[in-house]
Amino acid sequence: MKISFWLNGVYRHEEVEPDVMLLDFLRDKGCLSVKRGCETANCGLCTVLVNDKPVLSCSVLAVRVEGRKVVTMEGMQREAQEFGSFLADEGAEQCGFCNPGFIMNVFAMLKEIKNPDEEQIKEYLAGNLCRCSGFVGQTRSILKFLRYKKAQEGGAE
Amino acid sequence: MKYVNQPIRKTDAMALVTGKPVYTDDLAPKDCLIVKVLRSPYANAWVEEIKTGNAAQTSGIVCVLTYKDVPKKRFTLAGQTYPELSPYDRLILDRHLRFVGDAVAIVAGETEQAVDKALKRIKVKYRVEAPVLDIHKAKDNPILVHPEDDWEAKVPVGADNKRNLCASNIEEKGDVDALLASCRYTVDYTYRTRPNQQTMMETFRTYCHIDHFGRLNVMSSTQIPFHVKRILGNALDIPASKIRVVKPRIGGGFGAKQTAVCEIYPAIVTWLTKRPSKIVYSRYESMICSSPRHEMEIRVRAGADENGIVKALDVYTLSNGGAYGEHSPTTVGLSGHKSIALYRHTEAYRFAYDVVYTNVQASGAYRGYGATQGIYAVESAVNELAAKMGMDPVKIRELNMPMEGEPLPAYGDCPTAPSCSMDRCLAKAKEMMDWDAKYPFRDMGNGKVRGVGVAMGMQGSSIAGVDVGSAELKLNEDGSYTLGLGCTDMGTGCDTILVQMAADCLDTKMENIVAFGVDTDISPYDSGSYASATTYTTGNAVVQACADLREKICGLGASMLGVDADKVDFDGEYVSYRETADSETSDNCEVVGGREAAGKNEAEDSGTKRVSLKDIAIKGTCGNSRELQVTRTYSSPISPPPFMVGMAEVEVDKETGKTQVVDYVAVVDCGTPINTNLARVQTEGGIAQGIGMALYEDVQYSDKGVIRNNSFMQYKIPSRQDIGDIRVEFECSYEESGPFGAKSIGELVIDTPCPAVADAVYNATGVRVRELPITPEKVAMGILKKEAGEQESNA
Repeated sequence: MKISFWLNGVYRHEEVEPDVMLLDFLRDKGCLSVKRGCETANCGLCTVLVNDKPVLSCSVLAVRVEGRKVVTMEGMQREAQEFGSFLADEGAEQCGFCNPGFIMNVFAMLKEIKNPDEEQIKEYLAGNLCRCSGFVGQTRSILKFLRYKKAQEGGAE
Repeated sequence: MKYVNQPIRKTDAMALVTGKPVYTDDLAPKDCLIVKVLRSPYANAWVEEIKTGNAAQTSGIVCVLTYKDVPKKRFTLAGQTYPELSPYDRLILDRHLRFVGDAVAIVAGETEQAVDKALKRIKVKYRVEAPVLDIHKAKDNPILVHPEDDWEAKVPVGADNKRNLCASNIEEKGDVDALLASCRYTVDYTYRTRPNQQTMMETFRTYCHIDHFGRLNVMSSTQIPFHVKRILGNALDIPASKIRVVKPRIGGGFGAKQTAVCEIYPAIVTWLTKRPSKIVYSRYESMICSSPRHEMEIRVRAGADENGIVKALDVYTLSNGGAYGEHSPTTVGLSGHKSIALYRHTEAYRFAYDVVYTNVQASGAYRGYGATQGIYAVESAVNELAAKMGMDPVKIRELNMPMEGEPLPAYGDCPTAPSCSMDRCLAKAKEMMDWDAKYPFRDMGNGKVRGVGVAMGMQGSSIAGVDVGSAELKLNEDGSYTLGLGCTDMGTGCDTILVQMAADCLDTKMENIVAFGVDTDISPYDSGSYASATTYTTGNAVVQACADLREKICGLGASMLGVDADKVDFDGEYVSYRETADSETSDNCEVVGGREAAGKNEAEDSGTKRVSLKDIAIKGTCGNSRELQVTRTYSSPISPPPFMVGMAEVEVDKETGKTQVVDYVAVVDCGTPINTNLARVQTEGGIAQGIGMALYEDVQYSDKGVIRNNSFMQYKIPSRQDIGDIRVEFECSYEESGPFGAKSIGELVIDTPCPAVADAVYNATGVRVRELPITPEKVAMGILKKEAGEQESNA
């Protein structure tokens, strides 16, 4: 099948088999930040943005992105560096394998909720598993990032 | 010290947080063969007949292998120093299938679709036999998991395959029965732990290709590159010299990758077909045929005198090795050695164990490595002893805990604790938890009750007299250093912390040192990253390599200055003559190859006779016969234990039994934390994993030996909503034998949650759950039973 969609800001026409999942399709197109951690839509590693909404790319057929805007971490390098440096400064990135999916979902959360509190953070990101960090370092990094963003906005005013 | 004991960002962090392709499956070429394994549906069966014709003829299929196609020499997949204590009980493919998920055939093809199709086309006739699934009935059962005559134990560990015994031993000191009989207070209980999966986010995976010399090149997500080289040599029955193993970034291991779980499959495909191939385990495979924590049943008899001094401990562990013996004879040892040692007044002890073969997936290494199970049992027994005496569980620990210079009973790797601040850990934890206010419980008035619990933990720092760590350090032409390592950073950050150490030793910036590893062709030998060895063992090798290289830099610098090597100092930037500068200075500096002007200026500026590291580095590349490169290897005769105290506050819903850890306090003595951030995150991660083990995680089997928890749907690890506060502090001792005073931390931190949470649940509800995980059902039923008992006694 032929599909046309935006991948990280570039309009593309691609040939795709009807039964291929978005995760495998994206990795095949070189978006190797997208990781698989399970086959049951439980781990959140494969999270990407489709029309600004977070989706589990393991559970979406590639053909479903026809006409839509798909963003992976390859398309958000600047943002990933900015937030990622807070994660890194906690040492909470650890093995790193869950980071892309987790960080993409953090971006999705911040689009939906301007200033999430700790409970909202835990709820929104509950589907992003991490076996290394015990999560508390991730939460610290988000809270620090939010304070930094707030200070930045305050400075701009 | 500029870097050691600081919260330094991991040197690979930015690549990881920006999603760079640095893992095995990111690096494997797109067109390599896909390898998959046909798995046994039966727990104990024999391949009577196997037809592969249709499968092999499937379009895109390159090879289909059965037991007929593999070498007939048995080996072990355990990543251990040779000769391994784990028995040689495996073939790549065997006619005898020993668990549901055991490998029946290997298929390799050009696409995943082709391979999946071919797997379905293999026709197997099985002779199905009754399996051995109950650990209590395994020993001396007429059904043998390993009836074969070529089964071999390389080292005597009390194993006997004709008795389903993978290991067996008794260690004793004193007359434990007599002493227990004389104790005022005794307890005798049996505790059960379940198998747990490590569930690192990156599943098992390996990519292989043949290089220009015809050698098998293996890129694998492994903790044990050098052991993998030997294991594959054994498995393929080829010289290990024909194998090279490379480790890229690893997406977590926790011990799972201390067993070569998946490497043999693509290795044999590539070796036979000479084509590149890869295997990527699904989560399903990682659940049903990997290397989970050993299920253990531990009976503890403990006795204390009238003052609460623990005098005698009798520990018997029955461990479930599963179908193959990887890490089975070794993990069980820690269940006694690292639990009895927590009680320094123990005058007599007995530690006995049996490890049995059963028809379930092979157990393996998982963070804590048996100590976790043993500490859960012994700490729980001591908590029960305290309850019997009416003593605060903190108090009994204050009376009995390990102290610096005091004995560590049953712990052969250090008869006394060389460094220990358990006393400060306990005091700090008590203060942080506000123990006296919260012990034993608080009724929250809404049907919920909060209780607190405490446990101590210890681990080792490397396997004494066995583990080897190495560092190869060289000065490059541009004045930078390369630190070659054989240990494996699997997200833990050893590539960073070892550079921190080196930068301080060499008085240079971390940016000036590149860590490299691991490539078995190039890296210096290292046992691998396990047994909490890396910081301590490889760290010591790094410190020594730095001292040696400094000497060489001074030597070449001194000869450039024309002075004696023992008369110079190196401050990281310059090698300087120790005496006050005289008229010779500028002359000598002018001799320094090609840098007359710079040399002169420096000499004039400082007024001392000196030569820069940059000039020495350049000199090293021109007309020079002195190597600016050193390799140091280190192995420790002792294994100094890190210590910690964990305190859990749980909230139990009395109606439903639902238990949540709302607060966890961990105070750790890991010696000097080399990287304060990474030590903290290691602790937080270990505590969270431990909470999972305490409350949720359980690999369950049906009566046919089929795993019920084969995905994250059924095998629930904690999510961020399940973890309350985790508060970590360090109360450091200084370990004289460690690099910068450091001990280990990686495994220690998983040891306290199980006993601390179990004790907190008891203090909250009066219900003692002696079988993990502590599920709501067990708690609720316990509460009902207790209430019924109380009513009865009231009536």
